[in-house]
Amino acid sequence: MDNTILRTAALQAFYQLDLYGKTKVVKAVNEVDLAIQADEIYGIAGESGCGKSTLLKALVAAVEPPLRVVGGKVTYRIDGKEVDVSTLSPEEKRALRLSYIAYVPQGSMSVLNPVARIRDTYRDFIESHLGRQRHQEAFALAQDHLTDLGLPLKILDAYPHQLSGGMRQRVTIALATLLKPRILIGDEPTTALDVVVQRGVVQLLKEVQARLKNTIVLVTHDMGVHANIADRIGIMYAGRIVEEAATEKIFGAPAHPYTQYLISSLPKFGDKSPRESVPGSPPSLANLPGGCPFHPRCPHVQTRCKEKMPGFTQIEKNHRVACWLVGEGEHGQAA
Amino acid sequence: MKLFRDLLRDYRFALGFWALCLLLFFAALSFGSPYDPTLWGEVPRDQRPSAEYWLGTDSNGQDIFWLATFAVRNSLIIALIAGVVSRIVAVVVGMVAGYRGHTTDRVLMFFSDSLLVIPLFLVIVMLAMLIRSSLNLVTLGLLLAFFGWAWDARLIRSQILSLREREFTQTSILSGANTLGLVFNEYMPYITPLVFSTLINNMAWAIGLEITLAILGLLDLSIPTLGTMLYWAINYQAILLGRWWWLMTPITISLLLFVALYWLSVSISVYLDPRTRVQRIGAG
Amino acid sequence: MFVRRYLIPRLIQYVLVILLGITAVFFIPRLLPNDPVMRTVAELRARGSTLEPGAVDKIIADLTELYGLEGSMGEQYWAFWGRLLRGDLGVSFFQFPTPVLRLITTALPWTLGLLLTTTLLAWGIGNLVGGFAGYYSNRRWSHLLDTVAMVLRPMPYYIFAFALLLLFAYVVRWFPVSGGATLGRQPSLSWAFVQDVLWHSFLPAFSIFILGTAVWFQTMKLVVQNVNGESFVFYAKLSGVQESKIVSRYVIRNALLPQITGLGLSLGLIFSGALITEIVFSYPGLGTLLYNAIITGDYNLIMGITVFSIVAITTAVLIVDLLYPFFDPRIRYM
Ligand SMILES: Nc1ncnc2c1ncn2[C@@H]1O[C@H](COP(=O)(O)OP(=O)(O)O)[C@@H](O)[C@H]1O
Ligand code: SF4
Ligand SMILES: [Mg+2]
Repeated sequence: MDNTILRTAALQAFYQLDLYGKTKVVKAVNEVDLAIQADEIYGIAGESGCGKSTLLKALVAAVEPPLRVVGGKVTYRIDGKEVDVSTLSPEEKRALRLSYIAYVPQGSMSVLNPVARIRDTYRDFIESHLGRQRHQEAFALAQDHLTDLGLPLKILDAYPHQLSGGMRQRVTIALATLLKPRILIGDEPTTALDVVVQRGVVQLLKEVQARLKNTIVLVTHDMGVHANIADRIGIMYAGRIVEEAATEKIFGAPAHPYTQYLISSLPKFGDKSPRESVPGSPPSLANLPGGCPFHPRCPHVQTRCKEKMPGFTQIEKNHRVACWLVGEGEHGQAA
Repeated sequence: MKLFRDLLRDYRFALGFWALCLLLFFAALSFGSPYDPTLWGEVPRDQRPSAEYWLGTDSNGQDIFWLATFAVRNSLIIALIAGVVSRIVAVVVGMVAGYRGHTTDRVLMFFSDSLLVIPLFLVIVMLAMLIRSSLNLVTLGLLLAFFGWAWDARLIRSQILSLREREFTQTSILSGANTLGLVFNEYMPYITPLVFSTLINNMAWAIGLEITLAILGLLDLSIPTLGTMLYWAINYQAILLGRWWWLMTPITISLLLFVALYWLSVSISVYLDPRTRVQRIGAG
Repeated sequence: MFVRRYLIPRLIQYVLVILLGITAVFFIPRLLPNDPVMRTVAELRARGSTLEPGAVDKIIADLTELYGLEGSMGEQYWAFWGRLLRGDLGVSFFQFPTPVLRLITTALPWTLGLLLTTTLLAWGIGNLVGGFAGYYSNRRWSHLLDTVAMVLRPMPYYIFAFALLLLFAYVVRWFPVSGGATLGRQPSLSWAFVQDVLWHSFLPAFSIFILGTAVWFQTMKLVVQNVNGESFVFYAKLSGVQESKIVSRYVIRNALLPQITGLGLSLGLIFSGALITEIVFSYPGLGTLLYNAIITGDYNLIMGITVFSIVAITTAVLIVDLLYPFFDPRIRYM
């Protein structure tokens, strides 16, 4: 039963910068294999700067210079057929956006056109996909949609700067789900919101998913949010997925030393002991250490860690780890 | 040195730099001039360019080539005085406004905004009109410096404001390092690059105003500058009389100078501002 | 909020800048140790202006009154304001006894015509072309235009004007070398006169227009490239909004905002540059009036032009500032 809707195969996406004659390559996404299922919420976690946003750009087929896909591919399953996104024309890609795959950005101050009322943004989105509409029809569609999501109708007349951060974030989710996309990609949609508002946004995402029975790929560095919403989680480090498992596994039996750090740095209820945070800082993606990229920070580092990147070991069904501690890495390559 | 080598790889910087070197060399030639630039009638009048008078001679009986070497030198001296002095004012005003904030900030920024909005040039003309007899290289430089700090003070102020957001200042404020002297020590390294890139812009502005005032006859017209050369050419109707070489020299030199200074400043600010830098690379 | 945080500060600033500017005009002649009246007269004589004896007396009386040299400094200052508020800028010494204001209003239409058309046209076209060049910044034509702008941008109007003059009026002789209309032609509303004026205005207008366009092109291109990196543009693209909508309603629309502010801030510079360009082409506007005032030592006229320009430019800036909220809802609904 392969229900994969979004797949990457050995995906490599690098920023190729030309700095005063010298070429600098930022290996932001490296050898990533993902098989994201229909009707699941897949979380991607990792420290800031590890390549999460870049991976999402590749997933939504928004790769523009200086970013380039230098290896591997991304495929969507559309009506039962596998489609390699690199074969799509710009217009085909545009048509798929919002209707097949939609993107929810972080609801920052500048995420919505600051000079347009929300209703105008709605109209731009609607007209771009459903053709020119009469004002009235577009407006009615937007109203119905907001009512479905339980958002107040008066926000249609507001400008973005008049909305609170939480409301702006809800509006972006509303806009993204307008055409009932099969895949919803969220990049830190809960970041920069306070805890109460964050909970509301997570709730909204869950409701949307339950109703549409679609796929959500959710990136956040906040493990607490993942625990709340994700079915499966991929842990990303220095451009690579280093561990992947169901949420309970990741939190209950983390296998990779980096994952263990991420979990142990979560605040524990009733525990007053100082939290362990990951020591050291992530490597520069323009200048990666050889072997396992985590080795400079890893408490279990061995000689071969510095020499060779470990492949994946399948320690259980649907639980794979790339670490020499865990196995010999014969199951699927991560290197 | 590494910074300089990086910059030289930008063709704009390279072109601007070598053009400026050429002009500096040209200005340096003035020290070997066979003629006194203040004397008229040293050579036959109105000669076309020839083997003897490379760029021709003017109606005052001066050799245009050698006169131009003095003109470039003097215009650069004026620009340098104006640029350096106004940098000092801009740094002080920008730092104090950005650091003190509140009323000090508002008052200082009101003055700098006023200087930006008022057609300054007319006020300078009025002043120049009254002190014209004493307008030599230094006084003109100072006059221009007096008016040329406003925009850059604003830039420095906003730089200070964004630096203040960072942690390191908060710690030193807490530890009592609050006197203006310490503030200077702390911020100076961060705004030095900005000071240099605005210096170049300001020098171009000063040269432009020097030329303007000279065209209006408001300088000591016996001092050779790019502006006074143009003044005499206009005064003697060089265009109507077909003496193109007389105008050609100061115009060509001015164009070269303005373009060179601008390209230097653009490449430096692109280098300094990672945002434009990334964009430029993204585009290429 | 809007009234208190935007409108009132702008109006206060408007009044203060005019106060400051005119106060400067009042004090500048007094900064110097010697008697401004006698110096002005001496200056007039030194320039070889032929003055009737009666005129000299009138000028001395006039100057003494204008400088308000009777009474204390405070009284002098108030008297100065009193005159200005009555619209009395005194009389021209050189074209005695024509009121300065009349000379200014005669020259003004020429300058306004030249400046308004060229500035607005340059702003519009520069922003339009710069907008597209910024959006399609990796196209070949965009790079090409950029290079052209890089060369034009740093040139002062008058240097460029000279270069044009040498090229067109002297080398190829396509356009007249100077003047606003053919000498001796009576102003009238005939098509021929209009044609004549346009013909004579072409070079000065062209030089201001071309350089202005280069400036707005370049700043717009940069602003657009920055707006292009904003998250709302990225979001709209990832939501499949049509490119034509993104360019016009998202990118260019937002990039115009700093350009409106920029227009206001640079009006003073544009104005000064245009004055010198007028002089280069002997175009009969305020610039040439100023030039004549300088060479004849007509200090009163210079002062009048300065006062008038300060008021005119600050007012123009104020108008731009007052129009701005119509384009930016963040200011309108603070
Ligand atoms: N436009 C860009 N040009 C060059 N490097 C970039 C660009 N965007 C991101 N990067 C680099 O790619 C790496 C990954 O960035 P990103 O994907 O944004 O990480 P994350 O979303 O996990 O914080 C970082 O090292 C970052 O510096
Ligand atoms: S491979 Fe080695 S260095 Fe990398 S995480 Fe495992 S033990 Fe640590
Ligand atoms: Mg990110």
